[in-house]
Amino acid sequence: MKVCIPAEINTDELRVAATPKTVIRLIKQGFEVFVQNDAGIKANFSNADFTNSGATVLDTAKEIYSTGDIILKVLAPSSEEIEMMHKDQVILSYLWPAQNPELLEKLSSRGINAIAMDAIPRISRAQKMDVLSSMANIAGYRSVIESANYFGRFLNGQITAAGKVDPAKVLVIGAGVAGLAAIGTARSLGAIVRAFDTRMEVEEQIQSMGAQFLSVDIEEDGSTDSGYSKVMSPAFIEAEMALFKEQAKEIDIIITTAQIPGRKAPLLVLKEAVDEMKPGSVIVDLAASTGGNCELTKDGEIITTENGVIIVGKLSQLPSQASQLYGNNLCHLLDDMGKAENFAIDMDDDVVSRAMVTYNGSINWPPKPLPVSPQKKKEEVVEVVDEGPTEEEIAKKKATSTMVRLLIIGAFLLLLGQVAPADFMQHFTVFVLSVFIGWQVIWNVTHALHTPLMAVTNAISGIIVIGGLELFKNLEISMPLIILASIAILVASINIVGGFFVTHRMLKMFKK
Amino acid sequence: MITAELQTAAYLFASVLFILSLGGLSSQESAKRGVLYGMIGMALAIAFTVLGLGEGVGMDAYSYIGGAIAIASVIGIFVARKVEMTGMPQLVAILHSFVGLAAVLVGYGSYIDHMEHMTPDKMEAVAHSIHLVEVFIGVFIGMITFIGSIIAWGKLDGKIRSKPLILPARHAINGLMILACFVLGYLFCVAETMQDGMLYLYIMTAIATYIGFMMVMAIGGADMPVVVSMLNSYSGWAAAAAGFMLGNDLLIVTGALVGSSGAILSIIMCEAMNRSFISVISGGFGDAPVASGDRVVEGEVTATTHSETAALLNEASSIVIVPGYGMAVAKAQYPIYDMVQRLQKKGKKVSFAIHPVAGRLPGHMNVLLAEANVSYDIVLEMEEVNPDLPETDVVMVIGANDIVNPGALDDKSSPIYGMPVIEAWNAKQVIVMKRSMATGYAGVQNPLFFKDNTDMLYGDAKDSVDKINSELN
Repeated sequence: MKVCIPAEINTDELRVAATPKTVIRLIKQGFEVFVQNDAGIKANFSNADFTNSGATVLDTAKEIYSTGDIILKVLAPSSEEIEMMHKDQVILSYLWPAQNPELLEKLSSRGINAIAMDAIPRISRAQKMDVLSSMANIAGYRSVIESANYFGRFLNGQITAAGKVDPAKVLVIGAGVAGLAAIGTARSLGAIVRAFDTRMEVEEQIQSMGAQFLSVDIEEDGSTDSGYSKVMSPAFIEAEMALFKEQAKEIDIIITTAQIPGRKAPLLVLKEAVDEMKPGSVIVDLAASTGGNCELTKDGEIITTENGVIIVGKLSQLPSQASQLYGNNLCHLLDDMGKAENFAIDMDDDVVSRAMVTYNGSINWPPKPLPVSPQKKKEEVVEVVDEGPTEEEIAKKKATSTMVRLLIIGAFLLLLGQVAPADFMQHFTVFVLSVFIGWQVIWNVTHALHTPLMAVTNAISGIIVIGGLELFKNLEISMPLIILASIAILVASINIVGGFFVTHRMLKMFKK
Repeated sequence: MITAELQTAAYLFASVLFILSLGGLSSQESAKRGVLYGMIGMALAIAFTVLGLGEGVGMDAYSYIGGAIAIASVIGIFVARKVEMTGMPQLVAILHSFVGLAAVLVGYGSYIDHMEHMTPDKMEAVAHSIHLVEVFIGVFIGMITFIGSIIAWGKLDGKIRSKPLILPARHAINGLMILACFVLGYLFCVAETMQDGMLYLYIMTAIATYIGFMMVMAIGGADMPVVVSMLNSYSGWAAAAAGFMLGNDLLIVTGALVGSSGAILSIIMCEAMNRSFISVISGGFGDAPVASGDRVVEGEVTATTHSETAALLNEASSIVIVPGYGMAVAKAQYPIYDMVQRLQKKGKKVSFAIHPVAGRLPGHMNVLLAEANVSYDIVLEMEEVNPDLPETDVVMVIGANDIVNPGALDDKSSPIYGMPVIEAWNAKQVIVMKRSMATGYAGVQNPLFFKDNTDMLYGDAKDSVDKINSELN
């Protein structure tokens, strides 16, 4: 099986679908790898790097497209590129199938089997192939770095000899992978981070990253079975806008990451909110390519508004890092599809059947919905809990049962007093009071000393030696009795000596 | 030689010293003084008893007493010096059996003594019966303590299989046995001659032997801490019973102190395992349906290596070590201390988390760590550690299993469901050191091993820690 990696023709695309490292993995999986001349140059990978890893460098795109059984690409192929491909070729790349019906048409008419990497379903098993997550992670990180670059102050608060510096306040809108990555990065730079998301379930994730979760007073959950959020009701959106406008007054950096698959990005930060912001504040709009979350965003541009707010509509892609992660995602998918030896397109497979948007000349889009496993909707099984007695009732019951018990004990003692001789009653008094003292004293013993406690009580219970000693009181003591008494004294004394000694030994070891 | 009043005063003082001795164990600092109090109290008690024996006692009596105590001291010191800290549970168990044996002997002696010197008119009938009842109960408890402790010792020492031995209809048999004891007790009290009385006493002793034997045989290894503390309690009650039959308040006070101490320890242990005292006594984990442990655990077990573990520890800033019985078996406490010192030198925060039932004796782990010089202020209890675990970088589970089982919290079918556990899985990374994938004493699979953030490090705990130490630089 031959895997070919063409150079990206779009001049803005810096990434490449394979790196020297992923080439090694591909070769391990049994593929022959061909890379187009200078395909990795923009991501800092030279032809020599690729040949060192075992790939063959081909000069032209034509050679690449005619050689390969499988084409690995980043951006969707252009019409010219599709022209160069042939039937039954497999291509793995971004395709955005929902937005590009004509592209699917073209691919299927040429009998190309295209896998849209952006259509990999979000199930646990496919996480390792999920390019949206891996790229979003980079975008989130980069968005903070970029905003810090344009922001003219420290992100962390400092108290220096030259005066106090307040920490920057960052608002992250949309807590998907990118949003969470942005929260983490901003937090680690020392900023105060707040975050908003329509999906209630991410509150915990936001807090776990160290940000404060903002919410509106309308109860509506934006989560869906796909793991992405849905379009919210007008009332909710209105409340949301008001919240952002309010926040804009004190926030220094806004990072928006809200995207809804297959649709224009929701408009969240209106001009009036931007107007509220202080001069020098920064907005980074990660949704710029799908229309932008901010009303003023211009895709691919960095603009400064009249009141001095910088709005960033383009991000550097960190091409080397991004290519590595993207390449890994591709490797994982190929691994899952059987590597070189058993490579097959299994349309019964949950992942392949959904990402394979054109297959055998027909269009396979949109796919059957597949509920995501990790964030399965919590089944709202309302457990019918027996209310049970209230605390008051329990306390009352306890009190009555204590009373009953005391009465029984009292009656028993009276009965005992009726029959037992004075002698016995006196001993009994001592006994009961001793039990109470023991009870009080022992609860205070520290946990760590329970073993020494056992050893010392052991030694003390050797007091039974007195029983043996007392037997000798008897003047005409018989031989069997002497033997009994002597053995009793012997074993009890072993206990006393051994018990105390070993306790002492143990306690000596406890050091601070 | 001395008056009874003086003797009583000495006994009272000894009682106070014993109470102070136990009270001293509330902290490590005062504990040593407490032991000293106990020793003084014991010396006083013995001295005044011997002195109070009276004028007529011949020299040979003193020589018997002196000889027995001398031999016992030699044996006691020898055993106490020789015992290893890992063998502490066995020692405690065997010492309990001695108290039980002494109580039985004292009971028999007291009965023989009583019957030999009783003249019908000299003894009031009620007092006579009460005394006999006291003897009967004393021997009964003493025998159960004696036999039960020997079995417990055998189980702890590995001489007897620790698997619970459960007879069919054992509750019915035990009930019958106890009923028989009541009947025998009645016959014993009304027996005309000493021969008859002795016969009943012998039969009852045999029954108590059986009960003591079956009681401990039916208890599984994991419940051993409860059994040992329960026997501790029994040995106290046996001493108290002896006190009643001899009319000796010092014995009663001391017995009651020890008895309630053991009872409290048993309660603490049972609470730590979320098991009722009754259910532990009436049979071990064998009672729980065995199939319930077979819940399918999802996920994969990942093994790690010593060097990876060392690298992980090098990167971590806070480390919690959870020791279990496996540490005691492997005697890994010394290399662990070495490891802790290395880590502390690098400025890492290291602490130990001790589960109440870790080991085979209450507080067993604390003693082992103290033996290895681990300072006790980094040895923490489960409740102190659990809230800090989410901020902990690495948890090292060394030879523990059931006490870190998440199934105890979320798997209702698990036999250990409801038992509080150390929530190791909340930490960023967990390393479990274990000899193999075998289940713990409770015989349940541990889902912790299958978690993503858990890595297994197979091998003998001591070996593994040694190897980690050699890479921690």
